[in-house]
Amino acid sequence: MRRFSWFNATSLTLGFAFLYLPMIILVFYSFNASKLVTVWAGFSTKWYGELLRNDQMLDAAWVTIKVAVLSSTLATVLGTMAALVMVRTGRFLGRTLFSGMIFAPLVMPEVITGLSLFLLFKPVFSQLGVHTIVLAHATFAMCYVSVVVSSRLVAFDQSLEEAARDLGCTPLESFRLVTLPIIAPAVISGWLLAFTLSLDDLVIASFTTGPGATTLPMKIWSAVRLGVSPEINALSTIMIGIVTVGVIIASISTKRAALRQQREEREAVAS
Amino acid sequence: MRRLFLISVPYVWLLAFFLIPFVIVLKISLSDSALAIPPYEPKLVLSEGWEGLKAFFGALDMENFVWLTEDDLYWKAYVSSLKIAFFSTLFALLVGYPIAYGMAQAPDQWRATLMMLVILPFWTSFLIRVYAWMGILSQEGLLNQLLMWLGLINEPLIILNTNLAVYIGIVYTYLPFMILPIYSALEKLDGSLLEAAEDLGCSRFMAFWLVTVPLSKNGIIAGCFLVFIPAIGEFVIPSLLGGSSTLMIGKVLWEEFFSNRDWPVAAAVAVVLLLILVIPIILFQRNEQKQREADK
Repeated sequence: MRRFSWFNATSLTLGFAFLYLPMIILVFYSFNASKLVTVWAGFSTKWYGELLRNDQMLDAAWVTIKVAVLSSTLATVLGTMAALVMVRTGRFLGRTLFSGMIFAPLVMPEVITGLSLFLLFKPVFSQLGVHTIVLAHATFAMCYVSVVVSSRLVAFDQSLEEAARDLGCTPLESFRLVTLPIIAPAVISGWLLAFTLSLDDLVIASFTTGPGATTLPMKIWSAVRLGVSPEINALSTIMIGIVTVGVIIASISTKRAALRQQREEREAVAS
Repeated sequence: MRRLFLISVPYVWLLAFFLIPFVIVLKISLSDSALAIPPYEPKLVLSEGWEGLKAFFGALDMENFVWLTEDDLYWKAYVSSLKIAFFSTLFALLVGYPIAYGMAQAPDQWRATLMMLVILPFWTSFLIRVYAWMGILSQEGLLNQLLMWLGLINEPLIILNTNLAVYIGIVYTYLPFMILPIYSALEKLDGSLLEAAEDLGCSRFMAFWLVTVPLSKNGIIAGCFLVFIPAIGEFVIPSLLGGSSTLMIGKVLWEEFFSNRDWPVAAAVAVVLLLILVIPIILFQRNEQKQREADK
């Protein structure tokens, strides 16, 4: 018995206004001609131009993307393995510790994760930098990936894999030919999640960075501490735009993939 | 053999990059601060073997932990973090529940879109979302401009750099974590139960209070933990939106590390914070496990 009442409509409208208005305002003011961010002085794209001429920002963006691609790829491999361990391997010595270590980073305050990894890296590596940020990000992102992938693995019909084995596949082949294509959407969204988490992270990166490795969030952080600036608004707008487009494309393509899979399954049953 | 490989790779990784770092934090929290590089004097010297261990326990004075109790900055920061996290969670529940409820009542064809609209902010940079509020809440900001234009106030309100701004920031950034678990609990709700309650004479509100709310209890609990736990150690929000009087332990830890360069005290702050968090984290995991078993 569902009744969509006025009360529901109002709470949804107000709720989404609360979630989205601050970002809409931010985007709007990035096109402001005035240096004063709260006074509207006509339309202008000059802050975007300034941004593109800011070499330090571009360098930081490049470092951030490098870190995000490397760490999310590493996190996806490790996280998928961890998900297989959680869902498939049954009991083994230290399983409780394992699931605790998968779970805890999800709720661990970033300052603790950052400090502890710094204290580990400092004596081990002669210099901290991109490589240590990559290791740090891969570690906390793999836990998110494993949560996403294991939820898909739980729903997955294991008899398909058994059938492949009966038909002569080795375990590795049955994984590659049967399991992986089916969990692929979850693996991809896990990678995307790891990528955005890395792109977004200020605290852990600040602890584990070294000379020459300044990421975009650190750059934004030092600018924002001095107050609101139109250049940062422009940068934020670009980042919001990329994410929005990315999420929309991803959701459309997963929907299509799901429909295609359904159709193929139906055809397979029919034939 | 293959199974061993599959288990050991992520296992060893997590041991090396998650568990061992905590052991190191614990070890450094027990050492003395020093004006050197690295800025602490190790107390536990493993190369000295058994003698080293004996010397370590003999000289164990918990100096940094004693320091945390002597300077009232620290315990005030812990208490204030707990307080801010608690009230932010409460506000997030009050704001998030009606939204989740509205989503669950919405027509089927809207749901995927509504769901995406809740998740989308989570994908956008956390830092940017907090930053967005700086322009809104400042003294010459948009909120004050709006209120003055409406004639509700004559003088701009001071909101930015107060605890109120911190509450707004936490509720805003963690709201999706509150909405999603509640929504997934409400979505599973069997509508005929509400019909039965109304047939038995409940008013709509009573039916909501006696049937809907208890049945979404697990979602509420999960949502509250997902807001409360990270909010305690929050650093970015109190630093950007809070003022000099806003005390939060994440900020204290950051300053001990980056400004005072006092690694042992920063490590001790982290150890105590971890001890505070252990209870809610275990309770949360229990709740999740119970729910998973109930779903099966």
